[in-house]
Amino acid sequence: MTTRSIPDRLQSPLERKLKSWESLLLLVAIGIFVANSFASPYFLNAWNLSDATFNFTEKSMIAFAMALLIISGEIDLSVASIIALASTAMGAAVQMGVGTEGLVLIGLATGLVCGAFNGILVTGLGLPSIVVTIGTMSLFRGISFIILGDQAYRGYPPEFAFFGQGYVWWVISFEFVLFAIIAVIYGVILHMTNFGRAVYAIGNNPTGALFSGIRVGRVKFILFLLTGLMSGIAAVCLTSRLGSTRPSIATGWELEIVTMVVLGGVNILGGSGSIPGVVIAAFVMGLVTFGLGLLNVPGIVMSIVIGGLLIGVIALPRLWSMWRTR
Amino acid sequence: MSTGLARLACARPTLSPFLNSDLHMRPDVSPSDAPILSLSKVTKTFPGVRALSEVSLDLYAGKVTALVGENGAGKSTVVKTLTGIYQPDGGEIRVDGAPVQFPAPQTAENAGVTAIHQETVLFDELSVAENIFLGHAPKGKFGLIDTRAMRKGAQEILDGLGAKIDPSATLKELGTANKHLVAISRALSVDARVVIMDEPTAALSHAEIDELYELVDGLKAQGKAILFISHKFDEIFRIADNYTVFRDGQMVGDGAIADVTEAELVKMMVGRDVSQIFPERDRNLGAEVLSVTGYDHPTEFADIGFTLKRGEILGFYGLVGAGRSEFMQALFGTTKPSAGSVRVNGAEASIRSPADAVSNGIVYVPEDRGNQGAIVDLPIFQNVTLPSLKQTSRKGFLKMAEEFKLAREYTERLDLRAASLDTHVGSLSGGNQQKVVIAKWLATEPKVIILDEPTKGIDIGSKAAVHEFMAELAAQGLAVIMVSSEIPEIVGMADRVIIMREGRIAAELSREDISPEVLVSHAAGVTEIHA
Repeated sequence: MTTRSIPDRLQSPLERKLKSWESLLLLVAIGIFVANSFASPYFLNAWNLSDATFNFTEKSMIAFAMALLIISGEIDLSVASIIALASTAMGAAVQMGVGTEGLVLIGLATGLVCGAFNGILVTGLGLPSIVVTIGTMSLFRGISFIILGDQAYRGYPPEFAFFGQGYVWWVISFEFVLFAIIAVIYGVILHMTNFGRAVYAIGNNPTGALFSGIRVGRVKFILFLLTGLMSGIAAVCLTSRLGSTRPSIATGWELEIVTMVVLGGVNILGGSGSIPGVVIAAFVMGLVTFGLGLLNVPGIVMSIVIGGLLIGVIALPRLWSMWRTR
Repeated sequence: MSTGLARLACARPTLSPFLNSDLHMRPDVSPSDAPILSLSKVTKTFPGVRALSEVSLDLYAGKVTALVGENGAGKSTVVKTLTGIYQPDGGEIRVDGAPVQFPAPQTAENAGVTAIHQETVLFDELSVAENIFLGHAPKGKFGLIDTRAMRKGAQEILDGLGAKIDPSATLKELGTANKHLVAISRALSVDARVVIMDEPTAALSHAEIDELYELVDGLKAQGKAILFISHKFDEIFRIADNYTVFRDGQMVGDGAIADVTEAELVKMMVGRDVSQIFPERDRNLGAEVLSVTGYDHPTEFADIGFTLKRGEILGFYGLVGAGRSEFMQALFGTTKPSAGSVRVNGAEASIRSPADAVSNGIVYVPEDRGNQGAIVDLPIFQNVTLPSLKQTSRKGFLKMAEEFKLAREYTERLDLRAASLDTHVGSLSGGNQQKVVIAKWLATEPKVIILDEPTKGIDIGSKAAVHEFMAELAAQGLAVIMVSSEIPEIVGMADRVIIMREGRIAAELSREDISPEVLVSHAAGVTEIHA
């Protein structure tokens, strides 16, 4: 038997990156940026742009964890309801006189507990995550409604406002810094660790991953836990920014977050996707929303545009290859 | 399209033309010299690979043509070209001498070409009759499906096969062998002139294979042209009239089966002489490494116990459904036994998941490569390092260079053929996929390796390589469990064999006592042995 040397790669990693989805999306982002700066004279203003980041920072924190979850072949639709429950818990704690540190801990803990609950139902009982989290979506927000009714919690301590309203340096907000740090952390986890490799393996073939000695249940449970934790962090930021808690807080965010993840090139069926893609998608969605807002476009039209963008960006590569092979 | 439908509608009354009633007196059977279907200088190229290079193939009415070749020789590509799944880049397909094109599976079907694929796509949630007639169901009033006619047609076809299957049953209720019969029925429900069978006996038992032979004889008598793809030589010599040999995408020989010997065929296939003899090896058994006691499962197996020594190859023989794979999967931690204990090197091992099994040094190469063995959409190197990431990483962070090094080391030991280590496993041939799976486990440096049907669906050349490698592993002190349904493999390779029947150990034999007759009689539960 002759041994022949097999090359590591035929295509360099750089070449692959240039031909990737992320490159296409980056072009779209730049296009939108340029179009916006022509469409409105107020667009190219540092403070306005800084404000625009609030359109996506909280959602994208969750989107990073959601990206890992979707790559692994699961989904969590209860994230917005976790925000509501975590915010309600913090609001209730305020009434009992809990300080800022305590509030943050309560927010994060609520997120973790909710994530663990989803995780146990999915990995422990083997239920499909889409069904479980549609259920907990109603459950978590339902608890908020029972506690609050049509009331609102207010009276958050002044220091608590920093998380959603504070600036670290000049126009750079605390939320934006947090967003950047979390993006880097998730990028490292997904692309540079054994855990990230396991996530891809599970998403491509859960049976094959199990038969390769991967603890599939444990990995998925951790992903649900992370998604819950990120929802808790987002709840702290959002509650701080709004300064009050209503049970309807963050309604509809779960679909916007899933949209962001899919726009970022994550396969909704699992197995592929990247964090840089989700980062660019976050900017694209933020820029579109902000640009249309400057032009006084009503909210419903904005969601039409976002929906059209999603379908367009996903259909474009397919159309391109169909046209080429014709 | 409309002519095709009309033709199908006309064909409806002769729904079961292969039934024994009029086998030998069909008027349209005229053994002519001209082929019904022929490929002439057909070429098909994929990025980086020339799968078919100017191949020719002729199929004649009333004749079975065996297509033989190693894995990756281009057999499956030919099937896909003939059934309209692939389009050839060059050359011609001719039906009755006239050039045709099959831009879609439907056009091939309309031209009378039908195939029983290696991996047939059936629908678990549909009924047997719906599966058989999917896409060409008999239509009644208003173009709606005529359910009664469909069920009746399905019943006729199944009866013709001698299959006792209820056409209204949901497919998922059936076992593997019956599902295969449904797949065959589906192919026959089209009024075909050319029937392609891609390894049709792979999932069948002995009795079922005999029934299949009768079926093929029946089809022949009706004047259908049959392309029969198989790795099993006894089948080819039993059933075929002609043969065509492919090697590396080229046609290297054809002729009448009567004019050729087994050895000549093998030589054409591999391009060299291959000894069919199993590797000689020194049996050097070491200390006991594995001991299993009292393994029970509510439905699949009961009271399984045995020991295994370093350097030993232990065969597990039995009929399909005897519970061998189920037991192995319980030992590997993917299914839960109701009772039983395992000791590895004398120490009690708690195995609740494959991860536990791997950390105890027990690894499993499953029969189902595409689903359980490999993650086909990930590159080769990532598949190989998946269970060994702890070795190739530092503090949980990946080190790609280490991964490539480990993957290269083990894939080269197995003589893997691939364009690069970054290639997706799914693009490799079956034999090479198997090599990736074995490499993956060897990289974990296991104590016990379980090989479940390691050479199933693999060509003779690769088979010999796997056997040689198995002997080498044993010589290095690895304990090997080999689940196999192939008697020559058990006889040739095993130091000891455990025969399972209906979930229990029926017999345990040492090397001197292993013979084909003894194996078969224990597996089938025959009390008196007829030599």
